[in-house]
Amino acid sequence: MPVLTIDGQTVEVEKGKTLLDAAKELNIEIPTLCHHWAVPEAGACRICVVEIKAGGRPGLVPACSYPAEDGLVIETYSDRVVQSRRMTLALMINRAPRAGVIMELAEQYQLPSIPLKSPPHSTSDGHTPEDTAEPCDTDLCIMCGLCVRVCREVIGPEATCFSGRGIEREIATPYKQLSDVCIGCGACAFVCPTGAIDPAQFSPNPLASIPHEFNAQLGDRRPIHIPYAQAVPLVPVIDTENCIHFQTDGCGACSKICPANAIDYEIKDREQDLNVGAIVLTGGFDAFDAARKSEYGFGRYPNVLTAMQFERILSASGPTEGHLARPSDHKKPNRIAWIQCVGSRDAACGNTYCSSVCCMYATKEAIVAKEHEADVEATIFYIDLRAFGKGFESFYNRAKEEHSVRYVRSQVSSIKETPAGNNLILRYVAEGNSKGLVEEEFDMVVLSVGLEAQATTAEMAAIAGVNCNQFGFAESQPFLQPLSNREGVFLSGAVSGPKDIPETVMQSSAAAAKVGELLAPVRGTEVKVSEYPPERDVTGEEPRIGVFVCHCGINISSVVNVTEVSEYIRSLPNVVYTEHTIFTCSQDTQERMKEVIKEHNLNRVIVASCTPRTHEPLFQETMRQAGLNKCLFEMADIREQCSWVHKDNPVAATAKAKDLVRGSVGKSRLLEPIQFRKVGVTKAALVVGGGISGMTAALALGKQGFKVCLVEKTGELGGNLRTLKTSMEGYDWQEFLKETIEQVKAQPEIDIVLNSEIDEVTGFVGNFTTKLKGESTAEFKHGVILLATGADEYQPQAFEYGQSDRVVTQRELAAERIDDNYDGKTVVMIQCVGSRDKEHPYCSRVCCGTAVKNALDIKTRHPSANVYILYREIRTYEFKELYYRKARELGVKFIHFPDEAYPNVSGNGSGMLVTVRDTVLDRDIDLKADLVVLSAGIIPNTVSNRRLSEMMKAALNEDNFFMEAHVKLRPVDFANEGIFVCGLAHSPKYTEENVTQALAAAGRAAVILSKEALEVGGVVSHVDPDKCATCLTCVRECIYEAPFVNADGKAEIEEAKCQGCGNCAAACPAEAIQLRTFTDRQERALFMSMLREEVPAGVGPE
Amino acid sequence: MKNEPTIIAFCCHYCAFTAADLAGTMRKQYPTNIRIVRIPCTGKVSENMVLQAFVEGADGVMVAGCEIGSCHFIQGNVRAVKRVAHAKKLLEETGVNPDRLEFYHVAASQGPLFATTSAEFTERIKQLNAGGKASADTTSAETPQETVHDSSRT
Repeated sequence: MPVLTIDGQTVEVEKGKTLLDAAKELNIEIPTLCHHWAVPEAGACRICVVEIKAGGRPGLVPACSYPAEDGLVIETYSDRVVQSRRMTLALMINRAPRAGVIMELAEQYQLPSIPLKSPPHSTSDGHTPEDTAEPCDTDLCIMCGLCVRVCREVIGPEATCFSGRGIEREIATPYKQLSDVCIGCGACAFVCPTGAIDPAQFSPNPLASIPHEFNAQLGDRRPIHIPYAQAVPLVPVIDTENCIHFQTDGCGACSKICPANAIDYEIKDREQDLNVGAIVLTGGFDAFDAARKSEYGFGRYPNVLTAMQFERILSASGPTEGHLARPSDHKKPNRIAWIQCVGSRDAACGNTYCSSVCCMYATKEAIVAKEHEADVEATIFYIDLRAFGKGFESFYNRAKEEHSVRYVRSQVSSIKETPAGNNLILRYVAEGNSKGLVEEEFDMVVLSVGLEAQATTAEMAAIAGVNCNQFGFAESQPFLQPLSNREGVFLSGAVSGPKDIPETVMQSSAAAAKVGELLAPVRGTEVKVSEYPPERDVTGEEPRIGVFVCHCGINISSVVNVTEVSEYIRSLPNVVYTEHTIFTCSQDTQERMKEVIKEHNLNRVIVASCTPRTHEPLFQETMRQAGLNKCLFEMADIREQCSWVHKDNPVAATAKAKDLVRGSVGKSRLLEPIQFRKVGVTKAALVVGGGISGMTAALALGKQGFKVCLVEKTGELGGNLRTLKTSMEGYDWQEFLKETIEQVKAQPEIDIVLNSEIDEVTGFVGNFTTKLKGESTAEFKHGVILLATGADEYQPQAFEYGQSDRVVTQRELAAERIDDNYDGKTVVMIQCVGSRDKEHPYCSRVCCGTAVKNALDIKTRHPSANVYILYREIRTYEFKELYYRKARELGVKFIHFPDEAYPNVSGNGSGMLVTVRDTVLDRDIDLKADLVVLSAGIIPNTVSNRRLSEMMKAALNEDNFFMEAHVKLRPVDFANEGIFVCGLAHSPKYTEENVTQALAAAGRAAVILSKEALEVGGVVSHVDPDKCATCLTCVRECIYEAPFVNADGKAEIEEAKCQGCGNCAAACPAEAIQLRTFTDRQERALFMSMLREEVPAGVGPE
Repeated sequence: MKNEPTIIAFCCHYCAFTAADLAGTMRKQYPTNIRIVRIPCTGKVSENMVLQAFVEGADGVMVAGCEIGSCHFIQGNVRAVKRVAHAKKLLEETGVNPDRLEFYHVAASQGPLFATTSAEFTERIKQLNAGGKASADTTSAETPQETVHDSSRT
C-alpha cells in the first residue's frame, strides 16, 4: 500500500485513495467546495489544491482527485498553496458575491477586500418571464458543476448543464425551459456548496411537501424518513407513494449513495400463512377529524389545532422541539383555550358516546403548557369534567388550585378569527343566566378531539368474524371485555371502545389470560431454545481485551478518525487486539468476532460504536456463542455521544472518542463473569378475597392448570356483587355470579378457604409461604399473590340518612326498593355523597352510571314518576353516555349544583324536602321527594388494607387503596415482584372492569407460574459480610425488600427480589454492598481512565 | 488551568442516558466536554463517587436522572437529589465551588434538553474555571479561593 508524507506526517493508505482521503486519515483539514463523496471527482473548483514537494512532479494539484501515490511528499498549507487558494477565492467572490461559504473562506485566508469589478448579476427587469427557467441564483453560483455532475453521474437524467461561454457561462436547463427530464429529486440542491439551487424554479415536478404524520401534520418530512424518534426498528423507511423511484422508476439516488448497500427496491409485501390458536385484535382508534366541526375553523384558522397537534408542539422531539409556539407567527401564545367534546357526546357528528380520555388529556396539556411557559393562561371549556379514573380527581384539583387552570362550564358555539394577528374570538354562554352570551379572545385554540373506531377496524373485524357496534368499535361480550362474539378471537384496547391507558393495558393482560386458558395444553410446545457452547472459565486469567471500533458506514467515521482511535487503543494496557470495521453489527463481523475471540484468546470484548441500549444484546449474544460470559462485554458509544453531537469538531470528537474507549478499557479490565441462578417456581397462587374479582382471577389460573388457594374472610363467596341485580346494559349479574361460584367450586385446582385471613407471608416471587388464621390455620406454598380484597359502600353521615326510611343509598334502592310502585311519585338522587369531598377526595367512578341506571329502571316502568338527579358532574364515560342521553330523553331531570353547596334534605310531613342550588337558573329550588337516594361512594377497607400492605410490602395510596407499580403502564403489578392487585381494592370500578382487571392480574401472574424456574442474579447487589456492620441502612433503603439480616447477623441480598438499581450500594456507609458490573471499583476505573490520559495502574485487576 | 474542562455526567439508563441517545439521533450539537457514565439509576450515585470524580480531575459533575415521579426504580432519583445536595455541602467544605456539581431531571424524550443542559453546564464550568484562575492570581482574594483539584492531573 502507498506510503506518503503530508505536512511532515507519514501515512499509509489503500491503493486508489486520493490525497484528500490520506489527509483525512491524519486529521488534516483541506477546504473543499466541488467535492462530494458520492459524486465522481472533477477537481473543478481548485480550492483543495496542495503542493507536491517531492516524490512526484512538483507543483500544485487538486487533493480531491489526485491519487495518493507512494513516496509523495505533500504540503497542504505552503505559501504557494495559500497564494493559490487566495487567488481562487478572489475570483469566486467576483463571480458569486453573496455566497456565505466563500466569504467565510475569504476571511479565513485573510483575503484583502477586493473591489467588485462588476455589480452583482441581476436580470434587467427584476423578474424572469414565466416560461423560462432559472435553476440557479447566479449571485451564489461558483460554477463548480457539482450539481451537473450529480445529476448526470449519480441520478442520471442530465436535467441541468452548463450553457453559454465566457462571462455568460451559467448553470441552466436546456433552452432555459422547464426541464421535463427533471424528476425533482433535489440532489442538485442538496450537494450545491453555496446553496444556489432551488429546484422549484426549473422543475415541473418539484418535491411536494409531505405532511409529517407523526407530528399530526405539523411540519413536513422526506419520502425517506424515520417515522419517529422512538420507532422500532429505528431505521428509515421509503414512502413508496411519494418516492420518485417507485413512482417513475427514475432517481435511485439513495441506493447509489448508501454505503452499506442497504437499499433494495425489489422487496415486496408478502402474504404469509400463520397457524395460530388464538387471535387478539388490538387495532386502536383514530382521532376525530376536527374539520368535520366546521364552526371551530380547523383547517381555516392556523392557530386552531387539535389536541394531538398540541401534544406534538409540547414534545421535545416534536416540530418545535418543545417550544410553545403557534403556527401562524411562531410566537408564544399567552391565552390558550381548550374546547372539549369535539366529536364526542355529539349527535350532530354521530358520536353520541363519550371518548373517556379528553378531559384528562386537556388538563394534562394545560398543566404542561404552564410548565413550559408559566405566564400562559389556560382555559378549558367543558360540559362535564370527567376525572373519573384513579388519581384523576386530585390531578384535576391540582390543575385548578396549583396551576390556576380556568375551567368554564360552557359549550363554545363558534370561533371567528380576528382581522389582524390570527387571534381567535370564542363565543359562548357564560354560566348562570345573568351573564348571557359573551365573546372572549384567545391566541390559540386546542380542540379536544374524540376517539373514533379506526377506519380499518371494520375490515379487520369482518375478516376475524367479529361483530362491531353502531359506532364501528368491536363489540365485547357482556361482563367479559376481552371476549368477542367469536371463540378464540379476543379484543384489547381501544379497538373495543375509547379508553385510557390503564384500561387498555388491563384489557390486554386480560386477553392474554384468556388466551392462556385456551392454549394452556400446548404451552411451550413451539418454543425454540438457543444452544450455546459451554462457557470458558476465565478466572485468574490476565485480561486480554479485544476492541472493535465501528465506522457505522460514515456515521462515525465522517467525524471521528476511527483509524486513529483504533491505533491509539492498541497502546493501552491489556488490549491485545483492535480493529476498525465498517459495520460492527453486521452478520459477517459477528462471525469474525467469534473467530477473533478464539484466535487471540480474548477474555474481554469492547465494541466502540453506538448506544448499548440497542446493540448490547446483539454483541452479548455473540459473546455467548463464542463461549464467553456475556458480562465480560463492554460498550463505548462514539456515535450518539460523539460523532452525531460533535459533527463540527472532528478533532475534539476524535479525542473524546479516545477518552470514551479508554474508559471502557479501564472498566473492562475489572469485569467479572456473572452467573445466573435458577430458582424453581411453586406453581400455585394465593388469591385473597372471594368476591367476583378474586373468583375470576382464581378461575382463570385454575383453568390454566395452576393450583389456587382462594381465601375469603367471610363465610360466603360473592362479595359486593351479591347486592347488584343487573348491569347498566341490562345483563343479569346474579346469573353471572351464580355461574362463577359454581365454576369455582367445580374447578379441581381451586381450594376454597372460608372464614379465614392471612396471618403471615414469607418468601419472594416464585416461592412464597403463607400461614392462614381463622377457621383454617393451614400453611400454603405458592409462587404468586393476588390481592382482591374489595371495598365497601360509604355510609352517609348526613341528608337524614338513617333518620328517615325515605332516605336510602343507591345500593339499598337497587337491592330492596327498586320494585316499589313509583307511579306519580318523586325520587330525588344526590350524587357525590362520600366522594370528591374533604374526607374522600377521589371520585368513586360508578355512582353516576348507577344513578342513571336506577333512574332509567324507575322511569321506564313508571313513566309518571318524577326522577331528579342532582349532580356536580355527570361522569358517564364511554358507551355509558348513551344511557345518560336516554335518561334525559325519557324525562329524568338533571340539576347541576355547585361543588361547595350540597343540597339540603329535611323531613317534610310524610315526605322529604330537598333544597338545591341550580347553577343554570342561578337560584335555589325546592323539591318535595317521596324518596331520596344517596349515591354513596366506594371506600377502601382501610384497616385490612393497611394490615395486608404491611405484611406484603404492597404500597397504599393516600386514599388507602392499593398502589400499583405504575398508574398507566403496570396497573395490576406491585413494585414487589410476584404480587398483583385487582378489583375494588385497587380503586372504585364497575363490575365488568373489575372482572377485566382480575383477568389481567391472572394473566400477569401466569407469566411467572408458567415458568419452571426464574433466573435470578445477574446485575444485582451483593454484600461483603466482612464489611457489613448490620446498620440496616440497606434494609430501610430498598423498596423491594431485598436485603435481610441472615443467620450470621449480616445483611444479605435476596437476589430474587433485587431489581439491580444499586440504591443500597450508594447508601451503604461501609461500602459493603456492590452492584455487579457497576461496582465502585469498576465505575471508578471507568471515569478515572476517561479523565486521565492513561488507564491508571492503581485500578488494575486485583 | 485548562481551557477545555472535562465534565463527568452520571446518567441513569432509563431517562437521561436515553435522552443523550435521542440528542444524538436528533443531531443536537453540544460541547465535547461531556463524558457520560451510565448507571442503572441515579440513586446508585453516592456522595463518595461524586467527590472521587472531582479528585480524579473532573472540572464538573452532572448527575442526570428521571423526572420526579417517573423513576424506573420508583424513588431512586429522589434519593439522588438529596445526595447531590449533601455532596454540594461537602464540596463547599473542601473549598470547591458547589456549583461545579448539579442534578438535572431529563426525561427519556428530552433529547434537546440534554443537549442544552450539557451546553449550559459546560459554559458554567468554563466560567468557574476562568474565575478560579482570576482569584488565584490576586493575593487579596476577596472571593473564596477554590483549591481546585488539579493535583492529580498530569
